[in-house]
Amino acid sequence: MNYSWNWSILIQPPYLGWLASGLELTLVISISAWILALIAGTLVGVVGTLPHRIPRMLAATYVDMFRNIPLLLQLFLWFFVVPELLPSRWGFWLKRDLPFPELWTSMLALGLFTSARVAVQVGSGITAVSSGQRMAAVASGMSPAQTYRLVLLPQAFRIVLPPLTSDFLTVFKNSALALTIGVFELTAQSRQIESFTFQGFEAFTAATIVYLVIALLVTFFMRTLERRVALPDTMGAAS
Amino acid sequence: MTKAHIQASRTPAEIVEMPASARVVPISQGRKPMVEISKLYKSYGPIEVLKGCDLVVERGEVVVICGPSGSGKSTLIKCVNGLERFDRGALAVDGVAVGDRASDMTSLRARIGMVFQHFELYPHLTVLQNICLAQVHVLKRSKVEAQAKARALLARVGLPDKEGAYPAQLSGGQQQRVAIARALAMDPVAMLFDEPTSALDPEMIGEVLAVMLELARDGMTMIVVTHEMGFARKAADRVVFMDKGAIVETASTQQFFDEPRAERAKLFLSRILSQ
Repeated sequence: MNYSWNWSILIQPPYLGWLASGLELTLVISISAWILALIAGTLVGVVGTLPHRIPRMLAATYVDMFRNIPLLLQLFLWFFVVPELLPSRWGFWLKRDLPFPELWTSMLALGLFTSARVAVQVGSGITAVSSGQRMAAVASGMSPAQTYRLVLLPQAFRIVLPPLTSDFLTVFKNSALALTIGVFELTAQSRQIESFTFQGFEAFTAATIVYLVIALLVTFFMRTLERRVALPDTMGAAS
Repeated sequence: MTKAHIQASRTPAEIVEMPASARVVPISQGRKPMVEISKLYKSYGPIEVLKGCDLVVERGEVVVICGPSGSGKSTLIKCVNGLERFDRGALAVDGVAVGDRASDMTSLRARIGMVFQHFELYPHLTVLQNICLAQVHVLKRSKVEAQAKARALLARVGLPDKEGAYPAQLSGGQQQRVAIARALAMDPVAMLFDEPTSALDPEMIGEVLAVMLELARDGMTMIVVTHEMGFARKAADRVVFMDKGAIVETASTQQFFDEPRAERAKLFLSRILSQ
């Protein structure tokens, strides 16, 4: 292979700046999407475990919709189709007046897509908490909201923290799809460096390493969180 | 306010008209019984688990419900605070109709303590937090007040040094005593016990029964589903025997043990006492 390596390209202006701004957008999109996913996913997960049939069906429909449509298609639908379907005033505002529409759209699309996965995790976590816990809470006079907030969810989140870690990691990787609607996040910036300098190997290696470091940091953060909220187990059973 | 009003509006005549068998304990002092169950029916699909149960529990009375497994004891006791719904019949606790949409079940449940077979302490909270949770969030007590109450009750159930422990660090008997303290912290008007010692090792049953016995002697209204006939003999005012979803015998404790009338109860007693 006749390729002239030039790693120094990565620390030269403007390319280092491009990578930095790409990283910034990747982090901004991913973390906002994750926060949205946690909030919406927890709500939908809770609704899916309510004793009544209609809310449960609504939650199941939500999950089916956002989990079964490809993320790329969801991005396109939110970006190209939804503004056309809205009343024309709102559509104009979205297309013309809203600053950075591609950024907002990618946060929303990625957040909702991920929320369906979070909803399934949280729902199964709640189901895994014994029914006796719900009974004990209800018997002490707690409202349904208190039962979930004080008794069921704290236990459910502890159970599903490990699978949630992998969803959190997936958000960062999925955020690369935002480049298809014009967000210059990390992957887009490394492609741009490649097309400006023809140093594709260096540019993509840099992006790969940055994604890897993010993943390792997230994993470390989640493991620390798991340890901090872990309950003392039965090993110290009383005398 | 409304509830007090309804209670006050009952005339003494109505109470006198109640069957004499339901008024074995004189503590009621002209007030409504604590629990009134009449003609209670419940089915799970085609299986009828309660077949027209009638039971009146006076204030301050201790009633033990026994009977073979699957006889509907747990279902009946769970109907009392609305954890289980019933299909037909009437059930009132402290004058509040259970199962009526207009009744404030949340505040009623806060006044009825319940102790479960598997303790159901909250595993993510310490013993002290377990006892304070509903006090703070349901009764809106201050944290300081709730903790003082919790500590006093922990001393009462003999676990003053366990407030910082998590449930998994306690033995079954200790967990059940904490569960009793948690229920008592709400200042309940009545306590329901659903097989409180069935999940315990034999050597831990005594410590839980001792706490329950003391509670009974202090005048707490108690409905206890249990197979512990020793406890029934010592603490119960009346024993109710259930079989196949029906109450087949209701008798004073002495009468139940000395001369049970129902054949099924005789058989049950002879088996359980010969063990």
